[in-house]
Amino acid sequence: MPTRALRRGVALGALVLALMAILGPAASAAPTSETTTDECALAKPTDDDVISILGRICDRRESPQAPVEGVTVTVEDPAGEVIGEATSGPDGTFVIDLPGTAVENLGKKFTVKLDESTLPEDTKPEVLQRTVAVNLDTDQSVTFPIGAAGPGATGFFTEALQLTIGGIVFSVLLAMAALGLSMIFGTTGLTNFAHGELVTFGALVAFAVDRLPGAIEIGGANVTVVVGVFAAFFVSALFGWVNNAALWRPLRRRGSGLVAMMIVSIGLSILLRNVYQYFAGAQSQNYSQYSAVQPWEIGQILVTPKEVMVTVIGIAVLVGTTSLLQFTRLGKATRAVADNPGLASATGINVERVIGLVWIGGAALAGLAGALLGLTQGFDYQIGFKLLLLMFAAVVLGGLGTIWGAILGAFVIGLFVELSTLLVPAEFKFVGALLVLIVVLLIRPQGLLGRAQRIG
Amino acid sequence: MDFGNLLSLSLEQALGPTAIIYCLAAIGLNVHFGYAGLLNFGQAGFMMVAGYSFVSVATIWDLNLWLGIPLAVVMTVLLALLLGVPTLRLRADYLAIVTIAAAEVIRQTISAASFSEYFGGQDGVTGFIGPFRELNPYSGSIGFAGVNWSGYDFWVMTVGWVLVAVCCLIVWLLMRSPWGRVLKSIREDEDAVRSLGKNVYAFKMQALVIGGLFGALAGCMTALRSASIGPSFFATDVTFFAYTVLLIGGAARVFGPVVGAVIFWFLISALGIFFSQATGGADPLIPDSIMTPTQASLMRFIFLGLGLMLLMIYRPQGIFGDRRELAIDVR
Repeated sequence: MPTRALRRGVALGALVLALMAILGPAASAAPTSETTTDECALAKPTDDDVISILGRICDRRESPQAPVEGVTVTVEDPAGEVIGEATSGPDGTFVIDLPGTAVENLGKKFTVKLDESTLPEDTKPEVLQRTVAVNLDTDQSVTFPIGAAGPGATGFFTEALQLTIGGIVFSVLLAMAALGLSMIFGTTGLTNFAHGELVTFGALVAFAVDRLPGAIEIGGANVTVVVGVFAAFFVSALFGWVNNAALWRPLRRRGSGLVAMMIVSIGLSILLRNVYQYFAGAQSQNYSQYSAVQPWEIGQILVTPKEVMVTVIGIAVLVGTTSLLQFTRLGKATRAVADNPGLASATGINVERVIGLVWIGGAALAGLAGALLGLTQGFDYQIGFKLLLLMFAAVVLGGLGTIWGAILGAFVIGLFVELSTLLVPAEFKFVGALLVLIVVLLIRPQGLLGRAQRIG
Repeated sequence: MDFGNLLSLSLEQALGPTAIIYCLAAIGLNVHFGYAGLLNFGQAGFMMVAGYSFVSVATIWDLNLWLGIPLAVVMTVLLALLLGVPTLRLRADYLAIVTIAAAEVIRQTISAASFSEYFGGQDGVTGFIGPFRELNPYSGSIGFAGVNWSGYDFWVMTVGWVLVAVCCLIVWLLMRSPWGRVLKSIREDEDAVRSLGKNVYAFKMQALVIGGLFGALAGCMTALRSASIGPSFFATDVTFFAYTVLLIGGAARVFGPVVGAVIFWFLISALGIFFSQATGGADPLIPDSIMTPTQASLMRFIFLGLGLMLLMIYRPQGIFGDRRELAIDVR
């Protein structure tokens, strides 16, 4: 029973109740249909050669959730053609077989739509359509939770709070990734377009550890993914060192111009992204653990334990890093180099050594952010590249080259991205963040915490 | 391995419509980056705005397709002004970040499902090509020495290469004029030019508009080549590829983009065909355990990334460039 397609359902709190009884804290591939005691059960996977879309429609105002009968559901292929239709049965479930063989359907995305007019009176669907990506040769399941009719099913305030939580989780990860970008810029002047690939690298290292045969256990608990996240941190640190020692240090020695180095970083980004795809494939992946855990319900707010863990780890790492930079001799040296490399060198600071450490630290942070991001929302070979512009936005917003600026900028951008979905469709959330970047540059080009100086 | 086939198919690409599109985009970047020193990473945004404006006249308002050209010009100039006002006073690296962000804003907005009524969302729009197809004088397939194009492709190529020639002439005339010399000196030393009483900001803005207009031609050609237009034609990588084209040929050289585009597409398609032949068939040269056909299709981009890095490190002036002309740096 794949839980991949259900991830979004978890976030919306629909499937949760059904899974609660059966999911252990670390179980991911849970056998769903047999053991559930809920009235609104998932359809059983069909035992045949074709891929089917399984689903159920539940009224979550009832407890336990009540099945909704007689609702028409259609499936559309990637081109928008309707290829299947079904009506939910007495148990609220429906099964739609996808035409064609399993192989033909792999890698495609299908849209499952609810016909709103066939719903019972006085009800309102919380989602009208879901997209299902067929990546495995197994049946895919979807859930449509049904709520009360009319506005205010979830209040504006509740929604805002829920989005704020998502925004904080995202901000912490963005801050970790952006800190390295900002410090590398500060110490070397390099605008590193390949920084996103350091993030992806972390996610892939954790995935590689996860893929090793056998599970890693400590005291009987399966900690494979946890070990993977740690590995992502350390292997990424090594990768950062390699990046600097093999490419960027020789280039600095040659006296390459900053624009030339920027274009080299673009080449590196293209190279690494395709190497990643070569080994990891193009499809979106999840780790074997924690991909679908049940959230805690605090009032109407849903928080998953892993989100809390990711945030706690992230904040701890951020506090640790900033303390190092703020209070140790080395940190002071780093900030001095970021401020003025020539002057720092004149006062006896070994600039190359500081730059090397910044690369190691920055890459380790980026890799950790990638692994944790993969843990919260899945990953593919270009997860970091998609994040790159938001990292730039965060760093520029806070002030290029500053420590606190990168963190502040990341929180502004991260929260803005999530909270903007209150007012605009979710597809515009990145657009908004990038517009913020452009507007800030217009008003305060040095960024929020940057020192006013001529930058043009 | 069929080398004759590889050679003719690669030549087909090297002179074909796609190479023309990248050539035009790179001519625009040449004005921006090569002559004015502006690091515009949003050329795909210029192409997209122009391409969609061009076809929108026909698809949204049902007017003659050719009325789209003035609209595309107006929209491109507006975009350049909109982008230039906040960014041209910034340092090169800021300009790069803002333009790449702006291109992404444009792409995500146009491809949004909310506007799919007008722009077709992720699928893009089709059904505007009639007036252009009617003018096609060719029929059947046309070619020489084993290299063949369809009549339509050859028609696109005829129009395209004429446009490229005209653009090169324009760039050549512009850059040997006093205006062009000011532009080049801005690239070399902005402060010196400012101290001579020139309005650097205005010159940069004019360069941004003119380079953007060449990009606009590339966007319109994209629509004509495919007889359709969609957001996937204008991804961030398009700009990066156009930069690679420019840098292969040599920045700040009139024919740099032309030579670059031909070489770039020859190599890209030769690599693509080589690896697909090496992994395909009953008894592939490279066994499946090392490289599957899917992985083979990535090899050309891996080489592209590597090539761009090596080019920039060892020969930043490209094939024809003059190293002294490229002292561009962040100032």
